[in-house]
Amino acid sequence: MYNFEFEKPGTLADAVAAMSADEAQALGGGQTLIPTLKQRLASPSVLVSLSGIGEMQGICMGDQGEMCIGGSSTHASVAAASGYRALSALAGQIGDPAVRARGTIGGSLANNDPSACYPAAALASGATIKTNAREIAADDYFEGMFATALDEGEIITEVRFPVPEIAHYEKFVQPASRFALVGVFVAKFKDGVRVAVTGASEEGVFRWSEAEAALSANFAAEALDGLTVDAEGMIGDLHGSKEYRAHLVNVITKRAVKAAA
Amino acid sequence: MPKDGGIGASSKRREDIRFLTGTGKYTDDINIRGQAYVHFLRSDVAHAKINGIDTSAAAAMPGVVQIFTGADFEAVGGIPCGWEITDRHGKAMQEPKHPVLAHGKVRHVGDPIAAVVAESLEQARDAAEAIELDLEELPAVVNMKAALVEGATKVHDDLDNNLCYDWGFVEENKGAVDAAIKGAAHVTTLELVNNRLVANPMEPRVAVGEYDRADGQHTLHTTSQNPHVIRLLMGAFVLGIPEHKLRVVAPDVGGGFGTKIFHYAEEAFCTFAAKAVNRPVKWTSSRSEAFMSDAHGRDHVTKIELALDKDNNFVAVRTETLANMGAYLSTFASSVPTWLHGTLMAGNYKTPNVYVNVKAVFTNTVPVDAYRGAGRPEATYQLERVIDMAARELGVDPIALRRQNYITEFPYATPVAVEYDTGDYNATMDKLEEIADIKGFAARRKESEARGMMRGLGINNYIEACGIAPSNLVGQLGARAGLYDAATVRVNATGSISVMVGAHSHGQGHETAFPQVVAEMLGIDESMIDIVHGDTSKIPFGMGTYGSRSLAVCGSAMVRATEKIINKAKKIAAHLMEASEADIELKDGNFSVAGTDKSVAWGDVTLAAYVPHNYPLEDIEPGLEETAFYDPANFTYPAGAYACEVEVDPDTGKVTIARFAAADDFGNVINPMIVSGQVHGGIAQGIGQALLESCVYDEDGQLLSASYMDYTMPRADDLPFYSVDHSCQTPCTHNPLGVKGCGEAGAIGSPPSVINAVIDALNSGGHDVKHIDMPATPAKVWAAMQS
Repeated sequence: MYNFEFEKPGTLADAVAAMSADEAQALGGGQTLIPTLKQRLASPSVLVSLSGIGEMQGICMGDQGEMCIGGSSTHASVAAASGYRALSALAGQIGDPAVRARGTIGGSLANNDPSACYPAAALASGATIKTNAREIAADDYFEGMFATALDEGEIITEVRFPVPEIAHYEKFVQPASRFALVGVFVAKFKDGVRVAVTGASEEGVFRWSEAEAALSANFAAEALDGLTVDAEGMIGDLHGSKEYRAHLVNVITKRAVKAAA
Repeated sequence: MPKDGGIGASSKRREDIRFLTGTGKYTDDINIRGQAYVHFLRSDVAHAKINGIDTSAAAAMPGVVQIFTGADFEAVGGIPCGWEITDRHGKAMQEPKHPVLAHGKVRHVGDPIAAVVAESLEQARDAAEAIELDLEELPAVVNMKAALVEGATKVHDDLDNNLCYDWGFVEENKGAVDAAIKGAAHVTTLELVNNRLVANPMEPRVAVGEYDRADGQHTLHTTSQNPHVIRLLMGAFVLGIPEHKLRVVAPDVGGGFGTKIFHYAEEAFCTFAAKAVNRPVKWTSSRSEAFMSDAHGRDHVTKIELALDKDNNFVAVRTETLANMGAYLSTFASSVPTWLHGTLMAGNYKTPNVYVNVKAVFTNTVPVDAYRGAGRPEATYQLERVIDMAARELGVDPIALRRQNYITEFPYATPVAVEYDTGDYNATMDKLEEIADIKGFAARRKESEARGMMRGLGINNYIEACGIAPSNLVGQLGARAGLYDAATVRVNATGSISVMVGAHSHGQGHETAFPQVVAEMLGIDESMIDIVHGDTSKIPFGMGTYGSRSLAVCGSAMVRATEKIINKAKKIAAHLMEASEADIELKDGNFSVAGTDKSVAWGDVTLAAYVPHNYPLEDIEPGLEETAFYDPANFTYPAGAYACEVEVDPDTGKVTIARFAAADDFGNVINPMIVSGQVHGGIAQGIGQALLESCVYDEDGQLLSASYMDYTMPRADDLPFYSVDHSCQTPCTHNPLGVKGCGEAGAIGSPPSVINAVIDALNSGGHDVKHIDMPATPAKVWAAMQS
């Protein structure tokens, strides 16, 4: 890797100040960033570690029954939390134990890898992404592959997940990386069902509205019979064609519904 | 009853203690005072003319010791190929130059262009980025068929074309084979791809070069399976260093799988540069570098035809194969698709007519060479797939069809020039049917179908030629080296023993199994015996470890040397007991005089050899150390039968291995536990090839599967528990231990059974799918179901 300065602020205010430096880069758990640096594919001037900030740690249940997760919480800590079982199960399936011990929810959502798991949970749950500057609804947050509504230097401090009546995340893995080839998070709330799909689309995580409508009317796998997503716009690569991914979206959504019900 | 030592005992692997406790000593653990580090600037394009390399800015960077380019190696030789193939027209293969650093052109992504030696690795990398390259990109030659079209872009401008050789075997039989196929009652034809693989040993390659100005001695520490081969190739063919001035050390090596047999440019570079900069020079491959610089494996495209008579007897096999050589000829690349492949195309069957044609092709890809099995997996896969396809077409039981055509009398001379010494293919198939519970399959299929899954059963046989090789034979076939091996048994004064062997252990467990043999012969405890390997300054000239040869060839040398030790020790014992040598018996580590109660212990004899106060000095020399070289009379022929059961998810195409069984005949077995471990590892790699692994280039010659994000290595949860058995034993008739070799069997025997099972599963689900190329990924299986 190239040389860089390293800062590990103890408060959010110090972190925001440190991020104002030219070419500053926030460091969560480093599970994407560190390999990128090692391959010399990025050359930040300063790495600002977010792991020493007390106000970004901790998981609790909020006043409206939502799960509030500090931005620096590791996948392992989310996996071990109680209050939102489907979300904890998702966190427990990310990467391997070493990845889960280091990787953070804030880091994952800020990176918005099109095959990452957390974006599906955030979008399907209608989560709120809280930053040092504002609160962003998940529906407004994801803007395509590796693109989000975050401004330069903006830090995810907390993610608030409304807890659905029932929910499930089903992941069909890409065999090599074991990221989601297609991952579907289904969340049934009192006022309707939300379905978010990761891994499949060239636009990153998306809500499958036809499935949401069908499942809101009848929360059963059969309700999805005959529903398809357009193969155009799906990812086609070494591990699966556009058509295969489009097919899997239906199959995996059905499995998620069956497992949730 | 399990023995607690000696031949046949499952002695625990003594080397594992240091591997598991972090006290192994690998090449990267070697750090020599004053060492500098090299970083190779590698081509990021597949094919280009080098118009200029400007290193001036880079040379001025902090920490840079010296920068080398191809021009610095004009005075030395190129990386040699160890096997010359003569083609079907009597012409020698086209053999391109293989410079240590690219000269004139780059020919694959990863081809080293320049080498920066610096005080630290990071400084070397920084400087490499400051080297200014003027590369003129050329069209990339990637597809083998396109490479052979008249007028195709040439990988090597000084060769006639991209065809390395056009090999026919046995050429004289071609007419008879063609006639047999023409007149056959049924011909099954299959076109398939044997997918390109990356070996991915856990330890990447490392080289540390050293030069001692005081005595002109070069030392290369390297991750090699065969240090003497490296010394010979690098010393004699590349750098012109006489053997007595060149030491090659391969300490603990973390897996080889073939890819650490070969002599690589980085080894020659570090040895050369250590003298040039007068400092030790170290290179440690990154995993990314390994993907684009370790020799790859397999990569054959084959058409095979199997002809049967009206009674389903095999009458002929004819194959046409394109074999990818990559951009240069790696050490044994030319022998893999020919002698290690064509000679096995009879398989376990008495097919009277066999003809094999192989066209080896140069492309702008990483060189391809031996990978666990080397040619024999390619032979087994096509033959066992086409037999399965024939059984399906003819509506006959695939096991019965195989049994009907087995070779049953030995020795058996095949129509492809080898003679199988022993075997009993019905016995291994009987054993397989038992351990795989073939009878219970129908019930298991029903149970799977009740859960909405398709279940398939695939079986296959395999045979391989191991114990490479009789030197006079391989010499006639074009090998540029002998393939004997050597061992020195050094008995110390107090009776402990060091055995110096030419074979190298990098996962095989020699340090445990070899002492078991010597302990058995002498009747002493294994713990009194240590194996020394991996250092040309300590061991006799042996050819190393590959082709499942270590025990069959080097083990035989060790037996011969131990026999010499016993003969001499008996002379000493006879003298000590004032008896006739002919009356001396050795049992349980004691020498006794037959018919008397007189005896002396092993330690008394060894002490007398080194403290010869009471010793027959007029008849024999003091000391107790013997060396033997062993050149095998034939290959060995391990064989077996494998069965795989898979479940295929009809919704996703995902294949899950439900059961896997292997019945192998390895001849005599020294350590059953180690043998089982070798089979387990081999099957893991075979399943990896069949379901997961694939090295993929795009049409521009860019390596798409260049990291573990895209190259799927098998993980524990991809694999089932295996049933393995090696109780069917027909001992090899021509080596003293009666052993055949077990290292590659699992990787050779498993891919066809997996694919046969997948095809069976799909057909059971009503999908008329005749073939799926490996790896049978979910996406590929799903696509096959849609067509």
